[in-house]
Amino acid sequence: MTDTSSNTAVSTQGTWGEMSERTRLRYAAERRFRLYGLAAIGAAVLILATLVTSIGITGLPAFFQTYIKLDVTVDAASAEKGSYRGLMFKSVYALYPEVTDRREKKKLRGIVSSGAGREIKAAVLDDPSLIGTTFSIWVRSSDDVDIFVKGQMDRNLPEADRRVKDNEVAWIDGLEEQGRVETRFNFSFFSSGDSREPEQAGIWGAVVGSFFTLCVTLAVSFPLGVLAAVYLEEFAPQNRWTDLIEVNINNLAAVPSIVFGLLGLAMFLNFFGMPRSAPLVGGMVLALMTLPTIIIATRAALKAVPPSIREAALGVGASELQVVTHHVVPLAMPGILTGTIIGMAQALGESAPLLMIGMVAFIVDVPQGIFDPSTVLPVQIYIWADSPERAFVAKTSAAILVLLTFLVFMNAVAVMLRKRFERRW
Amino acid sequence: MSVAEQISNNGQSETAVENKFKVIGKDITVHYGEKQALFDVNLRIPEHQVTALIGPSGCGKSTFLRCINRMNDVIDGCRVGGELTVDGVDIYRSNIDVVELRARVGMVFQKPNPFPKSIYDNIAYGPRIHGQASGRGEMDEVVETSLRRAGLWDEVKDRLDEPGTGLSGGQQQRLCIARAIAVNPDVILMDEPCSALDPIATARIEELIDELRERFTIVIVTHSMQQAARVSQRTAFFHLGVLVEEGETDQIFTNPKDERTQDYITGRFG
Repeated sequence: MTDTSSNTAVSTQGTWGEMSERTRLRYAAERRFRLYGLAAIGAAVLILATLVTSIGITGLPAFFQTYIKLDVTVDAASAEKGSYRGLMFKSVYALYPEVTDRREKKKLRGIVSSGAGREIKAAVLDDPSLIGTTFSIWVRSSDDVDIFVKGQMDRNLPEADRRVKDNEVAWIDGLEEQGRVETRFNFSFFSSGDSREPEQAGIWGAVVGSFFTLCVTLAVSFPLGVLAAVYLEEFAPQNRWTDLIEVNINNLAAVPSIVFGLLGLAMFLNFFGMPRSAPLVGGMVLALMTLPTIIIATRAALKAVPPSIREAALGVGASELQVVTHHVVPLAMPGILTGTIIGMAQALGESAPLLMIGMVAFIVDVPQGIFDPSTVLPVQIYIWADSPERAFVAKTSAAILVLLTFLVFMNAVAVMLRKRFERRW
Repeated sequence: MSVAEQISNNGQSETAVENKFKVIGKDITVHYGEKQALFDVNLRIPEHQVTALIGPSGCGKSTFLRCINRMNDVIDGCRVGGELTVDGVDIYRSNIDVVELRARVGMVFQKPNPFPKSIYDNIAYGPRIHGQASGRGEMDEVVETSLRRAGLWDEVKDRLDEPGTGLSGGQQQRLCIARAIAVNPDVILMDEPCSALDPIATARIEELIDELRERFTIVIVTHSMQQAARVSQRTAFFHLGVLVEEGETDQIFTNPKDERTQDYITGRFG
C-alpha cells in the first residue's frame, strides 16, 4: 500500500462536510427569511379572506327574497281602471278578515311590498283571461317582514326595539302555518333598477350604466392612449418638449381622481353642455383618468420589444411605420392589453369623479344608451350604503360582491388574453 | 494551416482591377453627436466579391457597414458626411428612398434575429412589403429559392409553419440570410454574422458566403482574422475610425504596407 495522502491537495477552507458556525448562521438566515415571506403572504390572505367572508355573509340575504301568497279576485271594473293597488289591499285584508281597525289594517297591508300591485298587474296583463277570476299569486313581502322571515331579526327582543311588532309577528306566523310564506332566490335583484323600497331595488341599472360607461372609456382611452404612446416611444424626437410631456403624463397618473371629475364638470357639462348623469360624460371623465395608465403601460411594453426585431425589419426594407405596425405593436400587445384592462378595472371601481358630473342621482330606469341618465356600480354602493332602511345593508354588500365578481372576471380576461397573444411566440 | 496558405487555397485568379465597383465611399465621416467615429474613409467595394472589414473593437468598421444601407439613420444624433454611392447613385441624396435602398442592400446582423413568426413568414415578409411576389404560388417559390440558396431548405421544408425562433443558432442565422436574399438585393452586409455561433455552424455560414458571392456583392465585418482570410477576396483594416489599409486579402495578410496592420494581424494588439 502506498501513501496516497501526499497526492491529495489540502483545502484551505477546512474539512469538507463539517458545518461551520458561518454555514449554520447562513442556513438560519435563509429559513428566517422564508418564514417572514410566508407570514406576509399568510397575513395578506387572511385579511382578504376575512374581508370577502364578512361581505359575503352580510350580502348573502340580499340574494333571497320573501314572497307571500295572496288570493286575488280581479273584477273587470278594477282591471279597466287599473287600480291593482286597491285589489292588492283587498286580498291582504281577506287574509285576516277579523282586522277592522283602520290603523291595524294599514299595518296589515304593510306586510306585502307597496309595489305588489304592479306584480298583480303584470300577471293580469300577461294573461288577460284572469280577469273575472280568483287566482293565487306570490308577491314580494315588505323589507321588514323579509328581514324577520329570514331570521335576521330576533323575535325575543322587546317589542319597542323591533321594527316588526307583536301583532305583525302573529300574522306572519299564521301565514307561515298556511304555507303562504316562502323565501326564494331574488332574480329581480339582477334584473331591475334602483328603488326606494329595498325589496324592489336591483343592481341591473347600475351594471348597465357601468357597462356603457366603460365602453365609452375604452373607446376613448384605448386608441388615444396607444397612439400617443406609440408616437412618443417610436417616432417623437428626444427633446425638451417630449421630456415635458413625459413628466406631465407621469404626474397625471398621480392626480386624485376627483380632480378629473371637476374638470369634466367644468369642461364637458358647463362648457360643452353635455347631458348630466350620462355614461357618455362619465366615460369621458374616466377616460381622462385611465389615459396616463394606458400610455405608461404601452410605452413600457413597446420599450420591452428587443431592438434586434426593429433592426431585422428595417434591414429587409420595412418603413418605420411598417416596423411599428407589423412587428413592434403586435409583440407589445400582451403588455398593452394588460395595462388597458388594469386601467379599465380602475375605472370600474371609481366613484369620486362621477359624483362631480351627477351620476350619483337616484335613477330607477335601466339606461338604454350612453345618453340616458344612469349610475354605476360603485356609486350604487355609495347610494345604498347611505340609505336608512336596514335592508339596504345587505344590498350594499351584495352590490360589492357583484362589483368584485366583475373585477375578478376582467382580470381573468386580461390574463387569458395575455396568454393567448403570448402563445404566438 | 497558416493564414497565407488559406488564402492561396482560395485560388483567386481575378484581380480587383477587372471588377466594377459596386459601392464607393468618398471621404466618409460619421459623427455620433459630438464624437467623430469615422475620419475621411475612402473605400471601394468591388462587385461579386467578399470584402472583409477588420479591426479592433470600436474602430468604426460596423459604423461604415451601417452607412451602406443607412441603418445609421435610426440612431439619434448620427451624422454622415462625404459621398457614398451604390451603382453610382449617391444614397445620401435627399430624394433617395431608404426603403428602396434597403431592398437593394440587405443586411444580416450579429445575433440571429428572426421575427417571432413562422419560418415561411420570416422569408415572405420582405417580398410581401415590397410587392415582389403576387399570389401564394409565387411566394412559395420565392421562399423555397431563398431557403435553398441559404442551404436551409432540406432542414426546414417540412416545418415551414413552425416558429423561426425554434431553430438552432446556426439555422436561425441562415434563416436571416435567406430573409435578406429573399428581396433579391445586390449587396448583402453582414455584421459579424458568426460571432454568436459555434465553429461548425460558422463553417457552414462561411461556405454559404462563398457560394453567395456569385450572385451578390458581400461586405462582412468580422473580428476573426482567420475568417476574413478564409472568406474574403479583399480586406480593409480600420483603426480608431481611420481606414488604415485596404487591398487584396492575401496582400493584406502576407505583405501589409502599414505597420499598424502588421501589428494587428500578427496579434500584437486588438
